[in-house]
Amino acid sequence: MSVALEARLGQPWKKPPFISSPGLRWALLIGGVIYLILAIYSIDVNWARVYRGLDRGWQFVIAFANPDFTSRAGEIKDGMIESAVMAFASTVVGIGISIPIGLGAARNISILPVYLVCRAVIALSRALNEIVVAILLVAIFGFGPLAGFLTLSFATIGFLSKLLAEEIEDMDRIQAEAVRSTGATWLQRYIYGIHPQVVPRLIGLSIYRLDINFRESAVLGIVGAGGIGATLNTAFDRYEFDTAAAILLMIIVTVMALEYLSGIIRARVQ
Amino acid sequence: MAISTVDGQKVWQRRDRNTQFKIWFAWLIGTAVFMWCWQQISAATTWQFFWDAPRIAADIGGRAVPPRWSYMDKLWEPLWDTLNIATLGTVLALMMAVPVAFMAARNTTPSALFVRPIALLIIVSTRSINSLIWALLLVKILGPGVFAGLVAISIRSIGFCAKLLYEAIEEIDETQVEAITATGASRWQVMAYGIVPQVLPAFAGIAVFRWDINLRESTVLGLVGAGGIGLQLQGSLNTLAWPQVSLILLVILFAVVVSEWVSAKVRGAII
Repeated sequence: MSVALEARLGQPWKKPPFISSPGLRWALLIGGVIYLILAIYSIDVNWARVYRGLDRGWQFVIAFANPDFTSRAGEIKDGMIESAVMAFASTVVGIGISIPIGLGAARNISILPVYLVCRAVIALSRALNEIVVAILLVAIFGFGPLAGFLTLSFATIGFLSKLLAEEIEDMDRIQAEAVRSTGATWLQRYIYGIHPQVVPRLIGLSIYRLDINFRESAVLGIVGAGGIGATLNTAFDRYEFDTAAAILLMIIVTVMALEYLSGIIRARVQ
Repeated sequence: MAISTVDGQKVWQRRDRNTQFKIWFAWLIGTAVFMWCWQQISAATTWQFFWDAPRIAADIGGRAVPPRWSYMDKLWEPLWDTLNIATLGTVLALMMAVPVAFMAARNTTPSALFVRPIALLIIVSTRSINSLIWALLLVKILGPGVFAGLVAISIRSIGFCAKLLYEAIEEIDETQVEAITATGASRWQVMAYGIVPQVLPAFAGIAVFRWDINLRESTVLGLVGAGGIGLQLQGSLNTLAWPQVSLILLVILFAVVVSEWVSAKVRGAII
């Protein structure tokens, strides 16, 4: 210790590096630089096209300043209602399916085969992108909100059951044991021992998921699965930037309102 | 907790009558709204297609089942593009997110009255619009291709990264900052020696976390013409080449699993 100190004395202080092993640090740095050069080199940007497009970009910025809500009011209204309907219905169905799967995926109250099956369902639902699922379901069920509704329900399962299972795994065992020791049946044990402990978090997560589902329902329309996305896509295709700006503003405002609402509700139940 | 008396005997119930009634009423409203929503969806659905669905699914599955492995030769380049969109998009997003985060954090913002609300507005507006919508818009402005996807991903990520980063900045240990200030350090020196070392682990974690999400999102950006493997997916879907579709889906699934594994490993090493 004192030898190390002697060597240090008189030397100027240097900031310790973030990655302490010098070999790893240099390897990461050099690897990163080589990757960046390769990656940037492989992207060919058509600057002439970008330059021509800037004008259109500016038009869009102007359109944001005076959005046009009126000329396509009917389509926007129908699209927004359809998005909201899909988001709400899929959240409800998603919660309904997530609760049993979440119970099965909690290691402390479930048996091993059930646990493995439930975890597999969760992993599958989380690994598949919503848009990819929507494409497949549109191919199978045809265009319309049903495909979007099924997609969002499926995506909700992965999100909600995983977090619910983690919540159950973290719960206080003593309460569940106490209910069990009164001779309660399995269902009574759930209703009185487990459910009251996880319900505040479940409500908070459900509202958060409703918010996510609404956001996602805005893009599902691009692949034909219903909702405001179809209207938005058409507006972009026809270069009606003022209508597109109106739709985007409505999405932003709705998402912000939902986020605010979910904050209030979560603060109240927890 | 409520205890009522039935036939001279005390009976325990979990909730008193008022609470019970309120909860019942909330269920009633919720069920009614759900039924109405279901009616809307049902009205917009062709139910013949629904009942036909198992046959169609089996048909598509049958066509897709041996994936056309030879098509893999044409997928390496789009896969490389997808990786670049995700990585460069994340790098670009972080470059823009860092100043926004420092402007949004209460303890580092230059002006809580003017600059902070602008930074928060940037965070909220970029976060609430999906990357696919940004791509849709940027393809119109910048032309189709990888560049539009890259910019879409980076704009979408600003809000997410800046939000997590400014929360990390607000949670730092103020005593260290004070210690550096007490040595007579300038504003930038306080930043470099007092604040940055404290948020660096959080920064690295956020970067890897967002990179993982971006890789997922960049696989589908091609559907609107913004480059990457989604372009191949769109082409195969349009020509009903189901064996190619199944191969592309497998590749996407594999990429997602690998990226999740990498991100979990790196975050595990940092924290």
